[in-house]
Amino acid sequence: MSVQERRAGRFVRSMMARGWTTLLYKELLRFWKVSFQTIAAPILTAVLYLLIFAHVLSTRVSVYGDRVSYAEFLVPGLVMMSVLQNSFANTSSSLIQSKITGNLIFVLLPPLTPAELYFAYVLAAMVRGIVVGCGVFVVTLAFAPGVAAVVHPLWVLAFLLLGSLILATLGVIAGIWADKFDQLAAFQNFIIVPLTFLSGVFYSIHSLPDFWQRASHVNPFFYMIDGFRYGFFGLSDVDPQASLAVVVGFAVVLVALTLNLFSRGWKLRH
Amino acid sequence: MPSPRADRSQKPDSTRPVTQAVEIESLARRFGDVDALAGVDLTVAPGEFFGLLGPNGAGKTTLISILAGLTRADRGRVRILGHDVVDDYRVARRLLGVVPQELVFDPFFTVRETLTIQSGYFGIRGNDDWIDEILHHLDLTSKADANMRALSGGMKRRVLVGQALVHKPPLIVLDEPTAGVDVELRQSLWAFIRKLNADGHTIILTTHYLEEAEALCGRIAMMKAGRIVALDTTRNLLARFAAALTVRVDVARVPEDWRERVVRESGSVRYLGLADYAELEQLLAALRRDGIAIGELALTDTDLEHAFLNIMGSTA
Repeated sequence: MSVQERRAGRFVRSMMARGWTTLLYKELLRFWKVSFQTIAAPILTAVLYLLIFAHVLSTRVSVYGDRVSYAEFLVPGLVMMSVLQNSFANTSSSLIQSKITGNLIFVLLPPLTPAELYFAYVLAAMVRGIVVGCGVFVVTLAFAPGVAAVVHPLWVLAFLLLGSLILATLGVIAGIWADKFDQLAAFQNFIIVPLTFLSGVFYSIHSLPDFWQRASHVNPFFYMIDGFRYGFFGLSDVDPQASLAVVVGFAVVLVALTLNLFSRGWKLRH
Repeated sequence: MPSPRADRSQKPDSTRPVTQAVEIESLARRFGDVDALAGVDLTVAPGEFFGLLGPNGAGKTTLISILAGLTRADRGRVRILGHDVVDDYRVARRLLGVVPQELVFDPFFTVRETLTIQSGYFGIRGNDDWIDEILHHLDLTSKADANMRALSGGMKRRVLVGQALVHKPPLIVLDEPTAGVDVELRQSLWAFIRKLNADGHTIILTTHYLEEAEALCGRIAMMKAGRIVALDTTRNLLARFAAALTVRVDVARVPEDWRERVVRESGSVRYLGLADYAELEQLLAALRRDGIAIGELALTDTDLEHAFLNIMGSTA
């Protein structure tokens, strides 16, 4: 064995296979450095939604046969909406910024596997989504204290994790697919925002006309919100187990698809 | 600027098998109708300071991108210290540090954060001593806590060099590393790179500053249209493709029997290759014979630029 080979061997052995945790740390640091924009602003937005909608609609909208006040009904929806939107925003904005500025090369050159790249980006986005969601929950408790009595905390946790995972993964796909900010904005404004707003954040789908009720059932975001809300109240528009099955299935398909895209180097390694 | 002359014609020791720093076999890559690489074979020995030269579009960056796993080859193989860059990419990438051509940076972080994070990507924790040394050699110590956005272009370029070195790779590829870097800092950068080379690191350099390649590289490959058109030690390339002397004359025309000696023209200024000083007298006699007035005349030693131009011209 040559000196060069021995040196190479020592070099490789000296490495620790923990590169992906650095990428996770970098992604966390990235949004933390601009936390006014990435955490405080979405919390404020959600609180404004609560104040305006609860004030305007509380006497006009009846949910779950008046077993839950409208303000309380709104809180889980707003929490989940914030989780979903911020999880998506984190991965998509990070990836497209890195692509456009060219600094994505810094994570493509090291020996990170496709799965390591994927999980580092997605976990950081899930953290941001959940931190914002927790912030929204804490602040909105002042306006709807009854929502603190969570009936099924494990269901809340399950949908929180699955919802943030799904949207973070969609953000990865959008961030890799988009070649310019305009395309990413189109993905966000024409797909993510409508699916989120039409998922039952602000209303129970039983208050909708028949057609829109049926349309809501093909919106995977509806199951995320409805299952999450079931965790708070023990009440939901559809069977929570069906919601869980849909959300888990959607998550599995998306994760598999995205890992495949990373493995093939789709739009990353030419 | 003092420029160290090349005298580093390290060649693989032929008496025993050696794992090459880089082995490239039949490498090809096509983009649309263009053959960016059209079957490249190349070997770089451990410890070499190797130059990769060629005009824009010659395929140098594509070759480096395949080496680094950023681009995939249509066919062919690349190994770094015996490790295939596709099948064994995790080890291959640990052995490689690349300074990219584009001036890229992450605007969220300081210089030290950038280098620490880059270390972490390679699984290295507690790399502060080496990072401090890199900052010192790249004259960035005073900027360690400055945000990347606050740096000048030359400083950002030096941080890119630092990022390529954080994991002390045995093979370092520098793709136009001194573009936009001022002369003084260029010298300190090359002193650092030469030290790394002396310590056993293999260096592959692409540059448009041919005097740098001539001064630093023991061996040089010249690329054109996706192929290697010349590959030899720097000394041999100069001997084979550059005349011993070049005379720069400002004349209205060149005597008929001297036309073949013209290696370059720029308006009325002609560069002619001469085998020795005796030929200068013959050239002057030919100019007098044809009644051609000399506006200006200067002699220069041979250099890689002339070899480069001759090679590129002869393979048109």
